[in-house]
Amino acid sequence: MNQRVTLAPSRALKKRYRAEKRFKAYCLGALLLALAFLVLFFADMIRQGHSAFIETELRVPVTYNADTVQFTLESVPEDIAPMVSRAFFRQIPRQVEANPALMNTTETRWVVANSDVDQYRKGYTDSLDADLKASLERMEANGDAAYGFNDGLFFSGDSKIPSNAGLWSAFIGSIYVMLVVLAVSFPIGVATAIYLEEFAPDNRFTQAIEININNLAAVPSILFGLLGLAIFINFFGVPRSSALAGGLTLSLMTLPVIIISTRAALRAVPQNIRQGAQAVGASRWQSVRDHVLPLSLPGILTGTIIGIAQAMGETAPLLLIGMIAYIPDAPTSMTQAATVLPAQIFTWAGMPERAYVSLTAAGILVLLSLLIVLNAAAVLLRNRFERRW
Amino acid sequence: MDTSQTLLVFFGGLLPLAVVAFVLGRRKALIADGQDRRLHSLPAQYGVYVATWMALPALAIGFVAATADLFGLRVPAAPFVLAFALVAAAVGCALALRRVQPTLRARNAIEKFVYWTLFAASLVSILTTLGIILSIAFEALKFFQQVSVWDFVTGTQWSPVATFRPGQDSAASQFGSVPLFAGTFMITAIAMLVAIPTGLFAAIYMSEYASHRVRTIAKPLLEILAGIPTVVYGFFAAITISPLVVEVAQSVGLDASYTNALAPGLVMGIMIIPFISSLSDDVINSIPNSLREGSYALGMTQSETIKKIVLPAAFPGIMAASLLGISRALGETMIVVMAAGLRPNLTWNPLEDMTTVTVRIVDALTGDQSFDSPETLAAFALGLVLFVVTLVLNLVSIIVIRKFRQSYE
Repeated sequence: MNQRVTLAPSRALKKRYRAEKRFKAYCLGALLLALAFLVLFFADMIRQGHSAFIETELRVPVTYNADTVQFTLESVPEDIAPMVSRAFFRQIPRQVEANPALMNTTETRWVVANSDVDQYRKGYTDSLDADLKASLERMEANGDAAYGFNDGLFFSGDSKIPSNAGLWSAFIGSIYVMLVVLAVSFPIGVATAIYLEEFAPDNRFTQAIEININNLAAVPSILFGLLGLAIFINFFGVPRSSALAGGLTLSLMTLPVIIISTRAALRAVPQNIRQGAQAVGASRWQSVRDHVLPLSLPGILTGTIIGIAQAMGETAPLLLIGMIAYIPDAPTSMTQAATVLPAQIFTWAGMPERAYVSLTAAGILVLLSLLIVLNAAAVLLRNRFERRW
Repeated sequence: MDTSQTLLVFFGGLLPLAVVAFVLGRRKALIADGQDRRLHSLPAQYGVYVATWMALPALAIGFVAATADLFGLRVPAAPFVLAFALVAAAVGCALALRRVQPTLRARNAIEKFVYWTLFAASLVSILTTLGIILSIAFEALKFFQQVSVWDFVTGTQWSPVATFRPGQDSAASQFGSVPLFAGTFMITAIAMLVAIPTGLFAAIYMSEYASHRVRTIAKPLLEILAGIPTVVYGFFAAITISPLVVEVAQSVGLDASYTNALAPGLVMGIMIIPFISSLSDDVINSIPNSLREGSYALGMTQSETIKKIVLPAAFPGIMAASLLGISRALGETMIVVMAAGLRPNLTWNPLEDMTTVTVRIVDALTGDQSFDSPETLAAFALGLVLFVVTLVLNLVSIIVIRKFRQSYE
């Protein structure tokens, strides 16, 4: 009578459960692999770049007199001179000019070492002359050689002397370019999105515009460079390498990003807001201007910031319109030759000296921090002001 | 007077005039209102009406003058153009002011103006596509006048002879694009081998298995991968992954070049993972739950449901995502410029150096070559092919995604 029912799963079922576990593990593995790439990538950039944020400084007596202004190498003791950055010697005439009281004095001060010494101290190379090694060791023992914060990385422009090279001119160039992008693509992008979401009749032509915008978002960025070269520079005569040319080219790239996100923001505003406005007599444009736009503004701004961040990291089209020129001084107008942060990184990556590898990675860390700040601002803006309906 | 000064005077002058026109228009409407005649629109709308009609003729004249100047036609000196625009503005303002009557439908006129302005803005994106096509096609046509299309498509030798002066003889140049496309497809294939499985499985995990908390953490982390600039990936590929590939190859007795095709391919794959995963994630999420529940009711496990029900249903969308990924990989520039080789090389071995279409475009256009040298023009021909191929991939995937969305709405 009492027949026992086995509840244990059969062998076939066990197999199926094992397959289930395996499949889940593959999926999790793929996700973890992608995240591992991210960790590896950041760890590698920090490993490569952290040392460029500090630089070797040497405490040396600097002599200012008529001779050393002319033959600047003689301003520091003979055995130390080959260790000091050339950028320091270049400044000596200017220092004396700015402060005539320095003339005929000797001052002990911290000066930046050149990249050979710097790279040797940081352990990247071993190729330093034996007597330089000896003097360096002596200075280290006396506390005359130390690490200091590399402010030149942020506050000086590009340079062929690695210890003097910095991101300042590229940073200013990036700001100019982004201003152009914002001025061009924000109004046109928002206007296009309003047209498509609020005004456009549902016909073939509107669909063509929509498909065209989606396609533009996926067109390889280098083709925008060809457009910038052929249309803006060769046809309209915008100066080559200028922030204006770069900004206009990147604007066209950013346009679809802004249009797509603005449309999403407009679509998120419920229909009854529009109906309510129109019920009390507002025209279509009045209801959009006074109700829909203010409500969707956080979403629009978020999309715009993300688009700008994307444009800020873009390099390929800028290569074609000549924005990889050597720019030691920050540009002061839209039509002057300029470079941008990613282009500066690209230029440094191609330099032969070892010191530029660290500089490139440091530049990358700076660029990534800027982009992360921008994107975080966008996310914050969305979380803080976006209304859920 | 240079261009920027002219522009400054033009817009600087137009702005106060517009304010004056606005005040005049509104005042006339308010006077009519004071006489107890019922206005059709708000007084301010009459002001905007007059200001618009003041500004439009001036802007039109400025635009025509600028365009004519661009095409090399004779244009009167800037002060004359400015004066002419000013007169037109005054005439427009006066005419519009005369039309301001209580019965004038200023609001409707503004509405129409706004509509056409917005419409004009939406044409910019069409003009951009047109601009890309025209700018590439013209130069490419010039190229195909010098080099036959057949040689370009089937030739296996790409060896342009550098010409630095216009008109210099370049008969020895060969423009066979096959090795460039071989390199492009090799690197794209490697990238997709990394990106499609990883992206797809990660998307399945996030949409089917992960808890809400894991999802909210993992998704933005993956998006960071998508937000990293390509120049940064290029540096990563050249400085870290390439030497790594060489080392690993050596340890198993293989010879690898430092500009091998494998390293840029792998890194490009990493870059494309988030595109595939976020698009597939959207697609999988849009599959209705009833499908899954039906499958569970029949006793299927979760993975069986995913494999036999969800993925087949989501297949068109996943296909479209992969096509977009391929299009992205084909056109990717910085990674290959920095990490792949410059030598056109027809090979099956990903450890050798290979070059790609985008590398040659950048190389041809950043050198000191004269603009009408065959090599520069060849860059535009390569650009044309790249545009057509990515256009087809993009259109197919856009249309598939649209159809897919509609089928589950």
